[in-house]
Amino acid sequence: MPRWGYKIHEDRQVIWEEGDFSLVERIRLAEPSLCLCISCGTCASGCTAAQFTDFSLRRVIIQLQRGRIEEVRQEIDRCMLCGKCILTCPRGVNTRHLVLCIRKELSGDVLY
Amino acid sequence: MKIEGKKRLWQQYQKEIAGDRYFYVRSCVRQNFFPGAEAVFLKIMQDELGKDVYENPAHTSCTGIGYHCDIVPFDTAMTVVARQFSLMAEAGYENFVTSCITSFGLYSEVLETWNHFPEKQEQAARFLHEATGRPFARPSNVSHASDIIYKYRHEIAARAQYRLVNSLTGEPLKGVEHIGCHYAKMFPSKGVGGAEYPYVLVGMIEEWGGEVVDYPERRHCCGFGFRHYAVRANRGYSLSCSRKKFESMQPYKPDFILTNCPGCPMFLDRWQYVISEMEGKTYGPGNEGIPVLTYEELAGLVLGYDPWDIGLQVHQVSVEPLLKKMGIAYDPDGKYLGPGGKYLGRPENPANIYFV
Amino acid sequence: MMTKTVAVIGGGPAGMEASKELAFNGFQVVLLESGARLGGHMNQWDRLFPNKRPAGEILESLYRNFPGSITVMTETNITSIGRNADRFILRTAGRDVIEADALLVCTGFRVFDAILKEEYGYGIYDNVITSVDLEQWFKEKRPVLTSHGRVPATVGFIHCVGSRDEKSGNLHCSKVCCVTAVKQAVELKEKLPEARIFCFYMDLRMFGLGYEELYKESQEKYRIQFIRGRLSEAFENMDGSLMAKVEDTLTAKPLRINLDLLVLMVGFLPSDGTAAIGSLLGLTFNPNGFLQPRDGHLQPHDTEQQGVFLAGSCKGPKNLEETLADARSAVLRIRQYLTN
Repeated sequence: MPRWGYKIHEDRQVIWEEGDFSLVERIRLAEPSLCLCISCGTCASGCTAAQFTDFSLRRVIIQLQRGRIEEVRQEIDRCMLCGKCILTCPRGVNTRHLVLCIRKELSGDVLY
Repeated sequence: MKIEGKKRLWQQYQKEIAGDRYFYVRSCVRQNFFPGAEAVFLKIMQDELGKDVYENPAHTSCTGIGYHCDIVPFDTAMTVVARQFSLMAEAGYENFVTSCITSFGLYSEVLETWNHFPEKQEQAARFLHEATGRPFARPSNVSHASDIIYKYRHEIAARAQYRLVNSLTGEPLKGVEHIGCHYAKMFPSKGVGGAEYPYVLVGMIEEWGGEVVDYPERRHCCGFGFRHYAVRANRGYSLSCSRKKFESMQPYKPDFILTNCPGCPMFLDRWQYVISEMEGKTYGPGNEGIPVLTYEELAGLVLGYDPWDIGLQVHQVSVEPLLKKMGIAYDPDGKYLGPGGKYLGRPENPANIYFV
Repeated sequence: MMTKTVAVIGGGPAGMEASKELAFNGFQVVLLESGARLGGHMNQWDRLFPNKRPAGEILESLYRNFPGSITVMTETNITSIGRNADRFILRTAGRDVIEADALLVCTGFRVFDAILKEEYGYGIYDNVITSVDLEQWFKEKRPVLTSHGRVPATVGFIHCVGSRDEKSGNLHCSKVCCVTAVKQAVELKEKLPEARIFCFYMDLRMFGLGYEELYKESQEKYRIQFIRGRLSEAFENMDGSLMAKVEDTLTAKPLRINLDLLVLMVGFLPSDGTAAIGSLLGLTFNPNGFLQPRDGHLQPHDTEQQGVFLAGSCKGPKNLEETLADARSAVLRIRQYLTN
């Protein structure tokens, strides 16, 4: 084969139908307030972990809702469970419980 | 899909296309990519339709490629464009016809700039005078060569030797069309049919007996992208854009791709080979590719021109499957013979894509 | 003192409410409507946000106790408006002549023509409809099916179609479409519990009491998914579904999603009547083509023309509460004008 010096790029476009929505379905049953997130970012702005690591609970929630489980897996352990986000969330999302649920699910425990 | 809805839009995007006395400017790259295309345009206009088409060998690149690669400043491009217009006026013509879509886009952009910023027109006139001593002029009509073929599509159909119909089944051949970004995305009103549902190529295919298939990534760029192609390391971007289109059109089983622009047929044609090498994938039936034609080449085939006289042997994707479907009697042994029977040489056979 | 006459132009909710109140206040009222019947857009609407109240209840209430003294003229188009001393002389296409001491313009709005957003394919793709079409389906109790007769599994609502869009020539926010989308999404989910329903938005403007609550309910109870991103283009797939391209701005990636039905939330534009009557009277238009009162805060009904007053959505997007309140407020102003 010729040496091209270039290659086919991976498409950045996300195809909705390729998302894995099984995790979000299970988490939602355990913590229904998940659906109330409006991505305002209050959780991420006051977050202890976000100041020193690339962690954003806002992003974790959106990736979870988009069925991007790998992205969730890469981030979720950075949370320190301090509870600041649950204190500030304007929509009353039970963020701390949400993180615990995601961790449990990803570690193989089945919540529902 | 509701065709009436498209027709309603098409009626709103009718542009004025000059009828005769054309000053024709060529593309920088087409004579290398598809060497017969421009010659076919001239033959149709002059020999078939008896139109006055004038060319001046002193015309230059419009600098569109340089402009879009960020190496020619817009002020320079405007001055070069002013010189082309001056050549046109000097020859006594008013109707400017471009072979290239990016040229068409650039000429339209320059004229719109002059309409909105008269001081830019004054500046271009001054630069033109200082650099060449030439008088400034503006065309009364700017059309792309495909606009003209579109305008005379009925006349071409009336002289057709072949139609875009499967000669065995009688079914219309299915074509996908690609108008090239700079034809109408910048100025939708300057394209026949507008930017979202352009009609210029659709009109030709329908008039010549074929059927147009609309596919989800029709509006997507072929990926030429100028600087993306000019820099080798960036070519994957161009390749990936074309691939996105092939993946989207393949389920519709098109018999051919019809293009409007110098760059698009080049990439839609050549990249099919590259993808076949890289991934082993082809988009036509079996290991065939999808033949890619310019509008002039398609018009030439319809008019019964010998496929090898109009340069179809330099296409990467073999056009023979399309020729067979159209029932065109062609000489397989003549493919690599140039004028006077001179042997042109035959390319190496690619590994994964059908090639004759 | 002779009874003064007020000509109310436009028989939608604002015109009807104002006419009633004017009549209760002892004025002669002539209510002129270009359409075949009174009620305006309410006639096409099934249920209202935020509480899903049937629109018919509002119509009923507008017709209830409707004074017989009001002269109602439907299918009436005004061709000229002149003045004779302090009186207005209105001539109609049917050669009627109406004299009045004051005019109340209640000419309202029309919705954006979705055909103009060519890239969304309304009128071209089989399964692209507008919010008005969907409301009509609800009103007619028509089952929600795709053009191929299938129950849609995925539905997308596109916010801001023809609003906040320079390409459409409309800079303004139409204000009521966000909450309408949420209302319709919820209603659709009630009809199609299995469907996945998405709203694609630029901003969600839940400005009224009860709207944010409805939005929250739509997320939690109805599981409507909100994706912040504006549709750049839609395309029809082979099976008649739509391929929609948006940026999922919150993940900063281009997103492609297949939708069986696409609902375009068409925006709020000045009606043809607003444009025509405004021109006949030489009124001031704001940059979006709505009629401009003399002072939006302090003289919201007055115009540059003495004796000509404005009420309702001819002045800009309004919900029904605001429209009705504005109509009543205009009556107070007219009473003040005619009795002093």
